[in-house]
Amino acid sequence: MTEPLISVRDLHVSFQTQDGSVKAVDGVSFDVMPGETLGVVGESGSGKSVTANAIMRLNFGTQVDVSGEIIMGGRDLLKISDEEMRMMRGQEIAMVFQDPLTALNPFYTVGSQIAEAHRIHNPKATKKELREVVLNAMVKVGIPEPVKRMDSFPHEFSGGMRQRIVIAIALVNNPKLLIADEPTTALDVTVQAQILDLIGALQDEFGSAVMLITHDLGVIAETADRVMVLYAGHAVEVTDVDHLFNEPTHPYTLGLLGSVHSLDGSTRGALRTITGTPPSLINLPPGCAFHPRCRFELGEGSACRTASPALRDVGSSLTACHLADSELLQLVSKDGV
Amino acid sequence: MIFFVLRRLFFAVILLFTVSFCTYVLFAALPTNPAALTCGKNCTPEVIARNEVRLGYDQPIHVQYGRFIKGIFAGRTYGQGDVAVHCPAPALGYSFEYHQCVTSLVTRTFPVTLSVAIGAFVLWMGIGVGLGTLAALKRGRWQDRFATTFSVVGISLPTFFVGLLAVLIVVIWTGIMDFPDYVGFTENPIKWFTALILPWCTLAIVSASTYVRLTRNGILEVMNEEFVRLGLAKGVKRRTLIVKYVMRAAMVPIVTIAGLDFAALLGGAVITESVFNLPGMGKLSIKAVSDSDLPVLVATTLVAAVLIVLANAVVDIAYGFLDPRVREKS
Repeated sequence: MTEPLISVRDLHVSFQTQDGSVKAVDGVSFDVMPGETLGVVGESGSGKSVTANAIMRLNFGTQVDVSGEIIMGGRDLLKISDEEMRMMRGQEIAMVFQDPLTALNPFYTVGSQIAEAHRIHNPKATKKELREVVLNAMVKVGIPEPVKRMDSFPHEFSGGMRQRIVIAIALVNNPKLLIADEPTTALDVTVQAQILDLIGALQDEFGSAVMLITHDLGVIAETADRVMVLYAGHAVEVTDVDHLFNEPTHPYTLGLLGSVHSLDGSTRGALRTITGTPPSLINLPPGCAFHPRCRFELGEGSACRTASPALRDVGSSLTACHLADSELLQLVSKDGV
Repeated sequence: MIFFVLRRLFFAVILLFTVSFCTYVLFAALPTNPAALTCGKNCTPEVIARNEVRLGYDQPIHVQYGRFIKGIFAGRTYGQGDVAVHCPAPALGYSFEYHQCVTSLVTRTFPVTLSVAIGAFVLWMGIGVGLGTLAALKRGRWQDRFATTFSVVGISLPTFFVGLLAVLIVVIWTGIMDFPDYVGFTENPIKWFTALILPWCTLAIVSASTYVRLTRNGILEVMNEEFVRLGLAKGVKRRTLIVKYVMRAAMVPIVTIAGLDFAALLGGAVITESVFNLPGMGKLSIKAVSDSDLPVLVATTLVAAVLIVLANAVVDIAYGFLDPRVREKS
């Protein structure tokens, strides 16, 4: 069995606000294997981006509490010094953000921004080497006429091209882990596919692992090997991509699948919404955080309302639900009724 | 870029002519007869009429304006024969109050104002931007509270109050220095410097307050920008991140406002110059108002307007250099 590239254990992230402590991530554990693509999916506020930022330690401000362990290369990223963490960023772990229109520094040419990412971790690189690296990176992410374009400013590029530049910046040091936080959300649908293909192709070439954060199940189906479903700061299901779509084992996953169109022709009838709204992260409901919205909830006095379920192995998946295994595996068929 | 600069300068010139015309017409429309001011209490109507002709006030307004503009470029002679006075170009008028060409009044007082403005500008930008940056980086801590308090107090205090307070404390109570007596920089740089310390500080305290706020808010805003986060995610050092990412972006609007504020100050720091008895343009204007010395008023107003228009052009051009997005659009 291969060692995981990065192991997150019992990660808690909470923000102190005037109304109380917001538990954005509440005890999430997962591994990312070398070279794989882990999809992280969930609604807004489920803790996807907060988890990503916690791995990069990009939590601005002092009102944030982070606890747990994030082990990479034998070191706990939450315990190493700021300087050690800075050396990890861009070198071992790189990040692609949601909105390419605001992610690039408007005052510097794209070439100098790609070069900067390389120079930080290779301070001895000469100007000529940097130029080579920049041109190479721009060719790899598919920017036409890189020699001419490297001296252009970000505003002279389209959204899709800017996202390519951001990816070039992220991959210029050949990181082991690429965290892509909704990389296609702000782009046109046609450009989305191109960007996802690009990330996939570069992943094959460099062997990087990708943690792909999205709320779009289509993107997950397209790119992910394994999937973690987050709900209200908890991991509710971790499984491979086939099982996620064919045999979901958590009522929330089922709800998510029911609320999107499928293009394979096998329509499940009218789109179904998950009733209710995500809970307040300041006052989570007792028991399972999802129980007020769950169709299969076991009722008054049951474990659903008293105990928070932990992830457990149900064969095909890890799932955090109190329903018996047999019931869980029948969710799909029940849904059809 | 060259085209951008040329175009901007072209519009600046057009604007200058418009401003000068409006200024001239405005003062010509005043009910005071400028010729009546030329000879004091014992004026006879004959003398007034003669001076009217001599100074050209008998002509229609557009002719007067034409002569005024011509005087600026070619110099001008007032009157004829023995009483003729010649003012070489650029002639801005002749003051009977001083019996001098207005241009020489302006060139004598402008260096004083320039001295006041430059020193105050350096001080207030240093204090304002420095304190504002500190406040933003130490948000919520005592440094931030200190800077914010300084800013509120500074904004609330009028210039004359700060100036008089400074004189009271430094000159009268503690006697650290005598009441400053302005000396030109070329005559005695040390005396020049000591005479200007108090006016500089007075202006700096009042103006820096605004810049503390502008800088603090600008930096806090930029810090939330996505590109700063990307910089952090690249592994950029904190110091580099603050200078190259945060300050670089936050300074663009501040430079714009600073340029205009500086130009306004060059038109004469009226109150500060009066409090510290500095023979600058501000004091010249104030005296011209109380003496109804119209040629001087027209000239000082015009000089101030020219400076503001020029500063506007310079700021616009600088903006093009500072922000590549602006450069592109033009």
